[in-house]
Amino acid sequence: MRAEPDDDLWAAIADPSRRRVLDLLVHRGEASASWLARQVPFTRQAVSKHLVVLEQAGLVGRRKEGREVLYRVNTDRLDQATRAMVEIARQWDRRLDTIKRLAEAAYTEARSAAPECPT
Amino acid sequence: MSMSEYQIEREIVIDAPVEVVWRTITEPDQISQWFADKVELEVKAGAHGYMGFGEQGGPVVVETVDPPTRFSFRWNHPAGEEAVAGNSFLVAFTLVGEGEHTRLRVVESGLDLLPWADVDKQQYAEEHNDGWGEFLDRLVRLLAERT
Repeated sequence: MRAEPDDDLWAAIADPSRRRVLDLLVHRGEASASWLARQVPFTRQAVSKHLVVLEQAGLVGRRKEGREVLYRVNTDRLDQATRAMVEIARQWDRRLDTIKRLAEAAYTEARSAAPECPT
Repeated sequence: MSMSEYQIEREIVIDAPVEVVWRTITEPDQISQWFADKVELEVKAGAHGYMGFGEQGGPVVVETVDPPTRFSFRWNHPAGEEAVAGNSFLVAFTLVGEGEHTRLRVVESGLDLLPWADVDKQQYAEEHNDGWGEFLDRLVRLLAERT
C-alpha cells in the first residue's frame, strides 16, 4: 500500500528505549549488553529484551569474543529503515503540496466567481 | 500520544481560508486527488470507509470530525479487525485559520506493536523526551557521515 519497512523494523525502532540502545551502538561501534546497561536508566534485563527485538529486525548483529557477546549495528538495515522513514515524510510533503494546490485553486475560483466587495 | 509510537509531523501554510482547506481534506472527491485513488468515506466520527491505492486498498475509520479545525482517521489496520492504536496508523490534521491563510499540520503516528509495559519504559520516556523527528534527523546525519 505504501513504501515502508516491514513490521519488525517498525516495531523495533518505534520504542524510544530501543532507539537509545541503537544510538549507543551506532556511536560506540560495538558493545556488550552490560556496557549498554550502564549507559541507560533501565535494567540489564530490559537492555537484553531490546537487543533481542533489534536483532530480530536485523538492525543489530552479534559476535562472541571470549566470554563476552558483542553487539553491533547492521548499517545496511539501518540505512534501509532511515530511507523508508524519510520516504514517508516525503510522501506527506507531497500530499500537503497537493492539498495546498487544490485549496488555493478552489479559493481562486470561488473568488473570481463571486468577487468580494471592497470595504 | 504514547511515547512508544512513531510519529511523523509535517506542516504547510496555504493561501486559502480554513473552510476551503477543510473541504479539500475532507471531501472524498478531493481526498482522491491527494491521498488514495479511490475513496469511499463518510465524514462522520466512527464511520467506516475504504481507500484504494491502485490494485491495493484497505479500510479506513474516521476518528475525529471537528470542522473546520480537526480531522483524523485510522488506516492500514488489517481487514476485518477493528482499528485501534496498536494495529493502525492515525492520520490527524489540524487546521489553524490565519485570515486568508491556513496553517495545516498533519501528524501520522502509529504502530505500537510491542507493548513494553514495564516501569523502566515509562521512566525512560519521562526522562528522555526524545521525539521521533529528532531521531530521524539524527539518523540521516549519522548515515551521511558514514558514506
